[in-house]
Amino acid sequence: MTAPRPVDLPRWVYVPALAGATFVLLPLVAILAKVDWANFGALITSEDSRTAFWLSLKTSTASTVLCLVFGVPLALVLARREFPGLSVLRSLVLLPLVLPPVVGGLALLYTFGRRGLLGGAMEVLGVQVAFSTIAVVMAQTFVAMPFLVVSLEGALRTAGQRYEVVAASLGAGPTTVFRRITIPLVLPGLVSGTVLSFARALGEFGATITFAGSLQGRTRTLPLEIYLQRETDPDAAVALSLVLVVVAVLVIGFARQGRGAL
Amino acid sequence: MTLELACDVAERDVGVAFEVATGETLAVLGPNGSGKSTVLGVAAGLVAPDTGRVVLEGRVLTDVGPGRPGLLVPPHDRRTALLGQDPLLFPHLDALENVAFGPRSAGAGRSAARRSAQRWLDEVGVGELAHRRPAQLSGGQAQRVAVARALAAAPALLLLDEPMSALDVAVLPALRQTLRRVLAGRSAVLVTHDPLDALLLADRVVVLSEGRVVEQGVATEVLSRPRSPFAARLAGLNLVSGTWRDGCVEAPDGLRVHGQVEGGPLAQGEAAIATFRPAAVAVYRDPVEGSPRNELTVTVSELEPLADLVRVHAGPLHADVTVQAAAELELAAGQVVRFVVKATEVSVYSRS
Repeated sequence: MTAPRPVDLPRWVYVPALAGATFVLLPLVAILAKVDWANFGALITSEDSRTAFWLSLKTSTASTVLCLVFGVPLALVLARREFPGLSVLRSLVLLPLVLPPVVGGLALLYTFGRRGLLGGAMEVLGVQVAFSTIAVVMAQTFVAMPFLVVSLEGALRTAGQRYEVVAASLGAGPTTVFRRITIPLVLPGLVSGTVLSFARALGEFGATITFAGSLQGRTRTLPLEIYLQRETDPDAAVALSLVLVVVAVLVIGFARQGRGAL
Repeated sequence: MTLELACDVAERDVGVAFEVATGETLAVLGPNGSGKSTVLGVAAGLVAPDTGRVVLEGRVLTDVGPGRPGLLVPPHDRRTALLGQDPLLFPHLDALENVAFGPRSAGAGRSAARRSAQRWLDEVGVGELAHRRPAQLSGGQAQRVAVARALAAAPALLLLDEPMSALDVAVLPALRQTLRRVLAGRSAVLVTHDPLDALLLADRVVVLSEGRVVEQGVATEVLSRPRSPFAARLAGLNLVSGTWRDGCVEAPDGLRVHGQVEGGPLAQGEAAIATFRPAAVAVYRDPVEGSPRNELTVTVSELEPLADLVRVHAGPLHADVTVQAAAELELAAGQVVRFVVKATEVSVYSRS
C-alpha cells in the first residue's frame, strides 16, 4: 500500500525550517572543525580532564539514581491522585525546568548552606554539604528531576489505570501492581525520562558552580572544567566539548529508542 | 448465600439490593445507564457507595453510610475477579504469564502458578496459545485467555461486565458455550444486554431500570412473562401494562386488551400485564367489523426493515408484517392503523 499523498505545506516554510536546522547544526560542525585531532587523545586524557570526566560520570549517575528514587513516586502521586493544590504542586515541582540554574544554585545554598534554612540543623548533625561532591549531586538532582517527573507522569497518564484495576481484581496488592504492571507498562517513558535526567545532570553548570563551587577533583565537573580550560587551554576545552557532544548524541539515540518502543 | 449486596449511589441515582446464592449465576439486565456497571463496581470495591453493604461468603467487604463503620475493603483483597468487555490482557506478558498473574499474586511459586495457568488455558480451549503475546491473539482468543485469567485467580465471586459485547458475532456461540461450562456451579454476576446470555448462562436475572430493580426471578420465567418494558423488549414481546377490569387489561391510556389468563385468576382492579408477539399482530388500515379479537388503534411511528419482514413501530408496540403487506398497506410514519391480535395469542398475568 502506498502512503496517501500528504497535504501540501506552504512552500515558504522550508526557508525558515532550513535556517533553523542550520542554526542548530552548524555550531556542532564548527566544534568538529576546531578540534586539534593530532593531540585529541592527549587532550582528553590529561590528568585534569580524566578527573573531571570521572567526577561528572559519578555525580551524574548518583543524581540519576536520586531522581529515580524520588521522581518515580512523585510522578505516581501527581498522575494518580487528586487533591487540593495538586496543579499548584505540579507547577512548582517543575519550576527547575524554567528557573535559571544559577538561581537554583543560590536557592540550594540558602537552604543547605552553612547559613541556610537547614544549615544550622545540619551543622549540629555534623554534615556540611556546600562546596562538596554531595552538593554537586544535589544541584544536578535539583535541575534534572523535573525531566524524569514530566516524562513519567505523561506516560502514566497515557497508560491509564485499566490494567491496574484488572490486576487488583486478580488479587494483586498495590506494590505488586506497581512492580509487575505499572512500571513495565510505562517502561519506555521511564527509560527516556531517566536518560534525559542523566543528560541534564551531566551538562549541569550554573547551579553546580553556585552551590558547589569549582574545586578540582571534588566539585569541578566536566562542564566546569571546559569553562575553566577555555581561558588557559582552548584546545583542551574544544576536545572535552566534543566528548560531551558525543555523549549527548548517544543520549538522544537512547531516548528515541525508548520512545520508539511505545 | 454467597453475596449480599445493597447500595445507594446518589451521584448516579442507583439504589439496588440483591443476593447471589452459592454456585448461582445472576444476570443483571437493563438498558444503558440503568446502573448495571455501578453495581459491579460496588461489588468489586471500585465504587464507594454513599450507603451500602456488601457481604461475600460471610465476610463484610463494604459497610458504609451514616452510622456504619465505614468499611471498604480494597479491590485486591475482595476475591472478586473482574472480566470486562475488553480482555485487557497485560501487553508485556504472554498468555501463560497473564493467567499465572492471579496465582502468583496469591503467593504461589512460579512453576506452580504456571502449571495452574496452563490447566486453565486448556480448560477454555486455548492451551496451545500459551506463549503468544496478547498482540498476537484474535479478539475471541484474547477473551478466552481473559476468562482463564479471571478463573485462575480463584475468585469467590466472578464479575462479568458484558464479556461478549465487543467480540465478533462469529466467535460468540463457541465462547458462550465455554462460559456456560465454566460458570456452572460458580458464583457469578453477569451484566449483559443479551437475553440469550441471560437464558443460557444465568440461573436468575435482575432487571434494572433507572437505578432500581424492577423485576427479578428465574431467567426463563422473566423472559417468557416479562413485567417491565425493558424485559419485554429483550424477550421481543409487546407489553401492555394496566389493571384487570371486566375480563381485560385496561391501560392508563384507555387501551383494552383481551387474552388468556395464565398463572391463576386475576381480581378486579389488580395490576396486570398483557404480552403478545409482534408476529401475532395483523395490521389493517380500516376498522375490522365485528370480531372477538383485540383491535388497537395506533399511530405508526417508524418502519424498520427486519430480514424479510418489516417491523411496524407504533409507540411502545410493534408488529412484524411481510414486505408485501407493508407495501400494499402503503405504511408510513404518522399513519393511523389498526393492530389486530387474537385473544388466544395474548398472555395475561398478574404484575406482582
